Amino acid sequence: MKILLKNGYVMDASQGIEGVKDIYIEDGRIAAVEKNIERAADQTVDVQGKYVIPGIIDMHVHLREPGYEYKETIATGTRSAAKGGVTSLACMPNTKPVIDQQATVEFVKNKAQLEGMVHVYPVGAITNGLQGERLTEIGDLKAAGIVAITDDGNPVMNGEKMRHAMEYAKMFELPVLSHCEDKNLAAHGVINEGRMSTLLGLKGMPAIAESIMVAREIMLSELTGAHVHVCHVSTAQSVEMIRRAKAAGLPVTAEAMPHHFALDETALHSFDTNLKVNPPLRRAEDVAAIKEGLRDGTIEVIATDHAPHAIEEKEVEFDNALFGISGLETLIPLVITELVHKGTLTFAQAIEKMTVNPARILGINKGTLKAGVEADITIIDLDQQKTVDVSQFASKGKNSPFHGWNLKGWPIMTIVSGKIVMKNGELV
Amino acid sequence: MSFNRKDILGLQEMSREEIEYILDTAVPFKEITLRPIKKIPTLRGKTVINLFYEPSTRTRTSFELAGKRMSADVINISTSASSIVKGESLKDTALTLQALGADVVIIRHGMSGAPHLVGQTIKAGVINAGDGTHEHPTQALLDLYTIREKKGQVAGLKVAIVGDILHSRVARSDIWGLTKMGAEVVVAGPNTLLPPELQSLGIKACTNVEEAIKDADVIQVLRIQQERQEKGLFPSLREYSRLYGINHERLKYAAKDVLVMHPGPINRGVEITPDVADSNQSAILDQVTNGLAIRMALLYLLAGGGGEV
Repeated sequence: MKILLKNGYVMDASQGIEGVKDIYIEDGRIAAVEKNIERAADQTVDVQGKYVIPGIIDMHVHLREPGYEYKETIATGTRSAAKGGVTSLACMPNTKPVIDQQATVEFVKNKAQLEGMVHVYPVGAITNGLQGERLTEIGDLKAAGIVAITDDGNPVMNGEKMRHAMEYAKMFELPVLSHCEDKNLAAHGVINEGRMSTLLGLKGMPAIAESIMVAREIMLSELTGAHVHVCHVSTAQSVEMIRRAKAAGLPVTAEAMPHHFALDETALHSFDTNLKVNPPLRRAEDVAAIKEGLRDGTIEVIATDHAPHAIEEKEVEFDNALFGISGLETLIPLVITELVHKGTLTFAQAIEKMTVNPARILGINKGTLKAGVEADITIIDLDQQKTVDVSQFASKGKNSPFHGWNLKGWPIMTIVSGKIVMKNGELV
Repeated sequence: MSFNRKDILGLQEMSREEIEYILDTAVPFKEITLRPIKKIPTLRGKTVINLFYEPSTRTRTSFELAGKRMSADVINISTSASSIVKGESLKDTALTLQALGADVVIIRHGMSGAPHLVGQTIKAGVINAGDGTHEHPTQALLDLYTIREKKGQVAGLKVAIVGDILHSRVARSDIWGLTKMGAEVVVAGPNTLLPPELQSLGIKACTNVEEAIKDADVIQVLRIQQERQEKGLFPSLREYSRLYGINHERLKYAAKDVLVMHPGPINRGVEITPDVADSNQSAILDQVTNGLAIRMALLYLLAGGGGEV
C-alpha cells in the first residue's frame, strides 16, 4: 500500500521541517518527505491548506480494560483516540487487575495489537495493586514493554516507598509519573477549596494538597536522580515549583490537561458532575499560571487524562459521582481553540507538546516523520469549526463538560502505521 | 409580581422580590395556623411527597403538617424503609415518584446538590429541605419571616450567625437571604469551622464571638455537632462552649432588644445556655411556628395553581 499526501503544510520539530511538502508512505512507513514527490501511489490525498504533523501522542489515558469494560475497552478507547487525531497513547495501570505483572502488560499489548486502532504503550504500577506497599517487579514490567511507572490516582503517600521506587526505576531509565495529591490534605474533597466550595457546600480539596506533593517529588528527584514527570498540573504553586526545579537542572517534566486550561472552578455553579475531575478545576489565577507554564516551556506536555465513565456513574449526587472527563476526542480542538487561536502558544509549540516531547519522556520512537519510521500522521484543519457532540464520541465515555462547545481547529485525518483510520472526522 | 419557579432549591438564585413575595404569601397562612379549625381545601387532590434521606423532626413534620392543613395527600418516605436500601439511585427514585403522580417532592439529602438532580429529572416541583452543607432555603425564609415579624423589617439590621459555618446549610441560605434583604451579616466561629473566602459573599467573618455580636439586633446560633469534634476540627465541646456559647453574659455585647434565634435542634448548655434559649429574647419557638406558614406558602406557590387562600 502506497499513500501520497500532496501539498500539505508539514511540520516536524524532530527534523526541523516546516513548509509545504509531500509525504510518501510505503509499506506502513514514511518513505520520503519532500517537495513535489512524483511517484505512483495507490492513494493520493490532496491536503493543501492543512497541517500535516507527526501523529499525536496522548501520554495519559485510562483505557479501563481489563476489568472495567463497561466504561471503555482497548477497542473503543483506541477508536476514540483515532477519531481525536491521536496515534499513540500511554494507558494507566489502574485497571482490574492492576497492570502490576508481566502478564497484564502482555494482555494489554496483545489486545491492542488485535483490536486496537492506535499504538498502545502500557504504564506499569509502582506498587502491587496500587496499594502503596510493595514495589512491583519493575524490571520484568519493563521487559514486557511498559514505558513508565505510576500509581496514578492512588499516590504513594509514604515518602520512603516513593524514594525506593525512584531509585529502582532509575536503573531501568523509566520515568516516574506522579499524580501529586496528599490524600490527607485532600481529605475526600470533591472540588477545589475556595469560593466555589464555600458557595456550593461541597467539600473542597486545597490547592496545596497537590503542590506539597509536587515539592516532595521534586526533592526526591533531586535525591535519587530519577526522572519525575508531574501529571496533570493544576495549581499556580505547582507550576512555579516545577519552573524552579527545571532551572536547577533537575530531571523533572510536567503535563497539563485541556480541562485545566479551558475551564476554571466557576463553571461548577450547576453541580454538573461532568465537571468533577481530579485534580479539580481551579481558580482563574491557576488557569493563567498553567497557560504561562505552557508558554514558557515549564509544562512541556499536553495530555488528556481521558477518564471514561458510564452514564450511571455520573448521573448521581455530586459527592457520589466518579472523577474524570472523557477527553480524547476534544484534545486537539481544545488545544487549538483555547491556546493557539487565543495566542498562548504557536501551533508549532502546541504540537511539540503532543509529539516530540511526550515521545522523548516515554523513550518511544514516535513523534517524528523521519524516513523509515512507522507512518503515524495527524492532519489538522486549523479553521474547521464544529460543535462537540458527545453522542458522536467513539469512546464509551460520554462524560464531557465540553458538550455543545463550538471549537475551531479539528483533526481531519489520522494515519496509523500507514493506514488511514480516520477521515473527515469519521473512522474508516 | 408572579411567581413562576418550578423548584425551590436555594436562596442564592432568588431575587429580593421573590423572597418578599414568599414572605408576603406566608402572612395569611400564619393566620390560618392560629385558627381553631386549621384545615383549608387549597391542595385537595394534590400529592406531596416528603423524601427524607436524613433524619429530621421539625422540617419533616412541618412540611407534612403544611401539606395536610391544605388538604394535600402527603406521603413520607424515609430511606431506611424504602428501595433506597436496595441500592436504587436518586434518579430512579425521583422518576418513580413522578410516575406515581407527585405534584411536589420535598427532599432532604446529605449531599449538596441532590435536590438539583431531582429537579432536573422530574417535572414535579422540588423543594430543597436541606442538602448537605449547601442550602436550606425554607429555614432561611422562616428566619427572615421571624425577623421581619419581630423587628418590622430586615434591612439595616445587624445579624450575627455563630457556630459551625463550614458545615451549615442554614448559614449559607441565611447569608443569601439576609444580604439580599439588606441586613449586615457577621459570622463567627473557630477558624477550622469557617469556610474560605466568606468575605466574597459580602459579609464579615471573625473568630471572636464578642466582636461578632457587638450591637447585633439578631443572633442566629447554630447547632454544633459532636461529629465535628471527632474529626479534629475543635478540641472539645467544653472549650467550644466557653469560647462561642451564647449566654447572658455575652448577650450584653449585643443590642438591648437582641433577638436570639436557633434553627434547632438545640444542644442546651453547649452553643446556647438554657436560660437564653428560654428567655423573652428567644424566638426559637416562633421560628418553628413560622416555618409552618412558610412551607404552606411554598406548597401553595408550587402546587396551588393560584386558588383562593
